[in-house]
Amino acid sequence: MESSALPHEPLVRIRPGRSWSALDFPELWAFRELFYFLVWRDLKVRYKQTLLGVAWAIIQPVFTMLIFTLFFGRLAGIPSDGVPYPVFVYAGLLVWTFVSNTVITSGNSLVTNANLLSKIYFPRIFIPGAAVGAGLVDLAIAFIILVGLMIYYQVAVSWGLLMVPLLIAMTTLLAVAVGTWLSALNVKYRDVRFALPFLIQIWMFVSPIIYPPSFVPERWRWVLALNPLTGIIDAFRVSLFGHQPLDWGTLAVSAAVILIMLTYSIYAFWKMEETFADIV
Amino acid sequence: MRFGRWKRLSPISFSQAVKPIISAENLSKRYQIGAREEGYSTLREAIVRAVNSPLKRLRRRAADEMVWALKDVSFEVKPGDVVGIIGRNGAGKSTLLKILSRITKPTTGAVDLYGRVGSLLEVGTGFHPELTGRENVYFNGAILGMKRVEIQNKFDEIVSFAEVEKFLDTPVKRYSSGMHVRLAFAVAAHLDPEILIVDEVLAVGDATFQKKCLGRMGDVAKEGRTVLFVSHNMIAVKSLCSRAMLLESGLVMCDGNVDQVVDSYLTSGSDMAATGIIPDDAPRLWGTGEAKFRSVQLTDDSGHSTTQLYLGQPLRVVLTFDVLKEIKDAVIEVDIATLDAVPVTFASTLDGGMPPIHLPVGCHTLTVEIDVVLLPRQYTFVIAINHVEGTTVDWIERVCDFTVLNVAQSGNDSYRWTSVRGYVRPVAQWHLSELSEKSNSQVVAEDVPVGG
Repeated sequence: MESSALPHEPLVRIRPGRSWSALDFPELWAFRELFYFLVWRDLKVRYKQTLLGVAWAIIQPVFTMLIFTLFFGRLAGIPSDGVPYPVFVYAGLLVWTFVSNTVITSGNSLVTNANLLSKIYFPRIFIPGAAVGAGLVDLAIAFIILVGLMIYYQVAVSWGLLMVPLLIAMTTLLAVAVGTWLSALNVKYRDVRFALPFLIQIWMFVSPIIYPPSFVPERWRWVLALNPLTGIIDAFRVSLFGHQPLDWGTLAVSAAVILIMLTYSIYAFWKMEETFADIV
Repeated sequence: MRFGRWKRLSPISFSQAVKPIISAENLSKRYQIGAREEGYSTLREAIVRAVNSPLKRLRRRAADEMVWALKDVSFEVKPGDVVGIIGRNGAGKSTLLKILSRITKPTTGAVDLYGRVGSLLEVGTGFHPELTGRENVYFNGAILGMKRVEIQNKFDEIVSFAEVEKFLDTPVKRYSSGMHVRLAFAVAAHLDPEILIVDEVLAVGDATFQKKCLGRMGDVAKEGRTVLFVSHNMIAVKSLCSRAMLLESGLVMCDGNVDQVVDSYLTSGSDMAATGIIPDDAPRLWGTGEAKFRSVQLTDDSGHSTTQLYLGQPLRVVLTFDVLKEIKDAVIEVDIATLDAVPVTFASTLDGGMPPIHLPVGCHTLTVEIDVVLLPRQYTFVIAINHVEGTTVDWIERVCDFTVLNVAQSGNDSYRWTSVRGYVRPVAQWHLSELSEKSNSQVVAEDVPVGG
């Protein structure tokens, strides 16, 4: 009867040890709709029962921009490489808000979705991944304000604009790398939950968001460059405003650092993946 | 077969030529109890442990208490089989389903699955309280492995099965628990993988809905799909399944025709349950092995062993055990439980402020008289020797089943109806008063003792 319909090779082989890879592409592809649904759910849930809804995606960076412009731009007089400070700081904040929000949500994502981990099988990497995916939508919304600001301050655009998608892709990979690693670590060590907010704060100050990289003394700039956000934010501003030549060297360092982080993070995730359901 | 006392029943009538859709070989799963109890460790602990001494860390690992949730489980399921998996709590049923659903990995062994698996280990996994009914149907469907098109096609069917048409655009958090469960089950009931794995989901909802679910499960089974079904509801298992597997302490005790397996689960349990003799290889939950129970006997007043007590007859229990290593601070406990593992009461050697017992090496017997009036039904014992600080030395479940009759030895005390509620008869004094119209205000009532 049905046996004739059975495949010769098993569809699924279950063996001890780490055979399920976080990067089993055919499987990730097979589950792609679930990934879409996870992003969709994160977006849907995020602004439920809020008065302002999606506006929060704009309010957060805009108000930070206003405060930073007042305190750092006006009062502290931090330079901005000749670009109007509000646009300058907003461009940095756009990238930063995306990175910090997605790293926090994806870092906590496996723990908040513990019930899914212990009751359903699917590629686990989708959980931190979806948190980053949902963040991209907020990024797109906040981008609209940037366009508005650039028109208001009459910032001239150049061909450099074509770099923007590449830079967003790099930022996304960076968020995935950090978020995925932290999410796995969080399953075992809940310390992550407490450490995250203040690590994020430190990260913000060592990234050129409120100041340009040129603000840092020349001999310390290489240290700053090890932070992948340095290359990204600087290149992001250059591609938008074209106010100075692009620092390819720093951008290359950023790309290399992201690649290393991503590789390590996926390796670490893969190593811990099989124990999630048992210890979460 | 590991335990000779279990007869392997003849497998269900499928010709040997039919290729299995599930084949599991020597599956075992080990959990570390320590880690499970702590839940999760802290970074500090890990660092301190690693820094202190790497060797000590290794040693500690090895000494951590391990428990085998599954031990060497092998079986095959043919396409179209509907298999009930039964056994008491902690027997390993859920672990087995988790391995088959790929949620957790086996410690050893292998499974090959020749079909798509849909598993329903919990009703409403992934239901988000903030999302509406409609949104949750889509999300839950996706979580359970349905494609978007599939969900779209079945949407109306799911909603009408759940009877929540009016509340589709209401957040689920405003649903009654009944509606919540109905919707969740409805989504799951419309899954159609080749292999369906279902864990105790019928325990939810009201009786009418349970019946509906059971009907739906029956339809699924009739469609020729392969179903693995865990339940404590033996009537459901018998009506749905053709075959059953009995798990006990992680071992497959019995596998075959559903009626035979269920009956043997319900009646005998095991030889240990029938005779009270504990074999060396009995399933011990855990223990240090410093002492081992040999037997448990229930005796009547004259010391003859029995398995039946009259209503109200005091229990006299004789425990026999070997002490292999001197124990200075032993605590021995005898629990009375029902056959489906509901604890009724227990007696401990510490009761009444008694000190721990010193047990020298050798074979010992311990007699305990327990004065409790159990209501007429079947009971069993769970016995344990512990160190006073809590470490388990030996722990045996379900040994020496006994029945309490519904009539007292004297014959003039009995329960008229077969059904009693609860397990223990309280000491009750009844007083009937008649409010007398004739009496004055000082004497309002006149006590009339009733009953015997």
